[in-house]
Amino acid sequence: MNNILVASNVTKKFGDQIALNDVSLAIPRNSIYGLLGPNGAGKTTLLRIINQITYPDSGEIIFDGELLQPHHIALIGYLPEERGLYKSMKVGEQALYLAQLKGLTKTDAKQKLKYWFDKLEISDWWNRKIQELSKGMAQKIQFIVTVLHEPKLLIFDEPFSGFDPINANIIKDEIIKLRDKGTSIIFSTHRMESVEELCEYIALLHNAEKILDGKLEDIKKQYKNNLFRVGLELENGENFLKLISEKFDVSSSQYDGHRKQLDFTVQLPSDDTRALLALLSSKASVNSFVETIPSANDIFIQTVQQKNEHE
Amino acid sequence: MNKLSLIIRREYLAKVRNKSFVIMTFLSPILMVGMIVLIAYLTEVNDSQKRIIAVLNESNYFSTDFNSTERTSYIQFKDLSLQAAKDSTSSLGIFGLLHIPDELTLEDVAKNSFFYSKEPPSTMVLRSIEDIFEERLRQGKLIDIGVSTEEFATINDQFEINTATFTGELNLKGINEMKAFIGGGFGYLIMMFIIIYGGFVMRSVIEEKTSRIIEVIISSVKPFQLMLGKIIGTSLAGITQFSIWIVSASLLLLAVFLIFGVDLTGLSGQAAMGPNPMNTISPIPGPADTMQLYALELIQIPWFMLISFFLVYFILGYLIYSSIYAAIGAAVDNETDTQQFIFPIILPLMLAIYVGFFSVFSNPHGPIAVAFSLFPLTSPIVMLMRLPGGIGEGGVPLWQLLVSILSLIITFIAIVWLAAKIYRVGILMYGKKPTYKELYKWLKY
Repeated sequence: MNNILVASNVTKKFGDQIALNDVSLAIPRNSIYGLLGPNGAGKTTLLRIINQITYPDSGEIIFDGELLQPHHIALIGYLPEERGLYKSMKVGEQALYLAQLKGLTKTDAKQKLKYWFDKLEISDWWNRKIQELSKGMAQKIQFIVTVLHEPKLLIFDEPFSGFDPINANIIKDEIIKLRDKGTSIIFSTHRMESVEELCEYIALLHNAEKILDGKLEDIKKQYKNNLFRVGLELENGENFLKLISEKFDVSSSQYDGHRKQLDFTVQLPSDDTRALLALLSSKASVNSFVETIPSANDIFIQTVQQKNEHE
Repeated sequence: MNKLSLIIRREYLAKVRNKSFVIMTFLSPILMVGMIVLIAYLTEVNDSQKRIIAVLNESNYFSTDFNSTERTSYIQFKDLSLQAAKDSTSSLGIFGLLHIPDELTLEDVAKNSFFYSKEPPSTMVLRSIEDIFEERLRQGKLIDIGVSTEEFATINDQFEINTATFTGELNLKGINEMKAFIGGGFGYLIMMFIIIYGGFVMRSVIEEKTSRIIEVIISSVKPFQLMLGKIIGTSLAGITQFSIWIVSASLLLLAVFLIFGVDLTGLSGQAAMGPNPMNTISPIPGPADTMQLYALELIQIPWFMLISFFLVYFILGYLIYSSIYAAIGAAVDNETDTQQFIFPIILPLMLAIYVGFFSVFSNPHGPIAVAFSLFPLTSPIVMLMRLPGGIGEGGVPLWQLLVSILSLIITFIAIVWLAAKIYRVGILMYGKKPTYKELYKWLKY
């Protein structure tokens, strides 16, 4: 019961087109889970299945220990990628309507809305119509409506699209606070850079299949290839570079004779750095020695390429 | 269930608060009454104008035939040349000149007669003149074979056949048409309602798609609930609007007639078309007891039964059509793409109205009327036109009514099921105009 949601062997076809092929995932409780993949990988289809908007052809979804059922809708909050609001409806009225559809009572919904409107400082929008608001403003309201009923599982599909950097940060902070309060979060995106700081776990979808999943930290460890970036200060950098190139696999090197600065990347056979460091420190003063850890983006590209080569 | 009522409430309020809806609700009765008053006024003006026709009769015939009628006056020209007669006709501003030359025989006279006018005359004008010639020619021929003028007068009887049912009740001429007209009024109401509010449902679905709120909502409710809520909410708004129209239009009409002192009974025939079929259908205002018989027949129309079945056909028919409208709205991205799908829906509705007015009027229980009142897409309109004749003997056989309603219910379930499937898939499809083939594929998703 450490997982809020477990998908087993989920397959979904649209006619001849396969949207999800035998995908299995486990979303741990109380964490942010990144669902990554390029456009058309099947992310949205999977999210729609979790939200019971569409149904899988085969496979099953277990939510909170039970087979996924209609009443679970009240326990899930979903911010879809294609999102909008009724243009001619007033903000407050609309938020109340959507909250009531999620099963909140009117008084309950009002109270919670007031809390969130105050928190995000948008209380004076209550009687304005959506068509008078900017896209970013409307996004804030959509965010509130998604989280209002305090669901156990929150699903955000590209939550930051349409936000300026300041508001994106506000929303990011709120997402982290929600996680800290115990909510489990699925975060779907094709923009890898936003993943690193938020997600504890990730899964990669590509061409309807899951090609990688697990704890982000573990995956990174798995994908690091003992590549180190070294910065030294010494005279006669060229000679030293020759010497070291004979013993180690060195690439992208550069020597600045004026500043006596030598930079290079070195590939080690294992993660044992002692032999290299001993040699370096005996001949020069070491300014920097950093292991290059692949970014989620690198891992993604690498995995997809490997996958394509196999096929 | 609670969610459904929430959706119905929102759809209703969204419709009713819409500015153009409010304007239409209050403007339409004014426009409608204005139109009726205008038509009544124009008809009156038109009727009061008499047409004057000059007759230059040089023959020995027709001396007593051209008598002025309500619409036309004849002026006799005497001892004028044809040219002089033409000149004075046009200078006096008279509509036309009928020249009857002097010939030996009546046939030759008729053959050589001419009608001169500035503008080509309408067939109606000519008809009245031709009738006079025909009558005279017929009489001439009968005299030739030995029928005297007095005898001729006795031949020319108008005749109306008496009719009765097998059980001996007297039937009234035109009563079938009158009944079909009442039913037709109900059928027409259903068609108008479907076209207006079905379109509303469709536009409202398109709006949800284009504003991209649809996925937010269907993560909380089932697409079917949303579709049903939308249809019910919109039709409640429609019923509200229709009621306001009927009440305010009748009040306004009454007010107009009271203020301007127009004779209500004389005009109501032109004014209302539907509600008072007496004036439009029954051609000759018969003696008082015939009028009473008509009134009796009208009262004897099984109103309670008629209205109950109206509700049944209205609800089923409206739900069938509006769920098709909803499916169309879901399938497309904007209103301009709807044309190719709308035409096939309007077609059976138009067919029903035309078949109703042409076939049911002449023969309420003939094969075509029966077929169309059983076919589910036309039955709500056509069956209602047949129903005022009653159920059972002399009216709609019970089995037909049962088959009609049963097939309507089966169609209703099938169509709503199909429409819901298309709707469910369509609302999440953006960016392309689907073909019928693709719609078929969606059914299997």
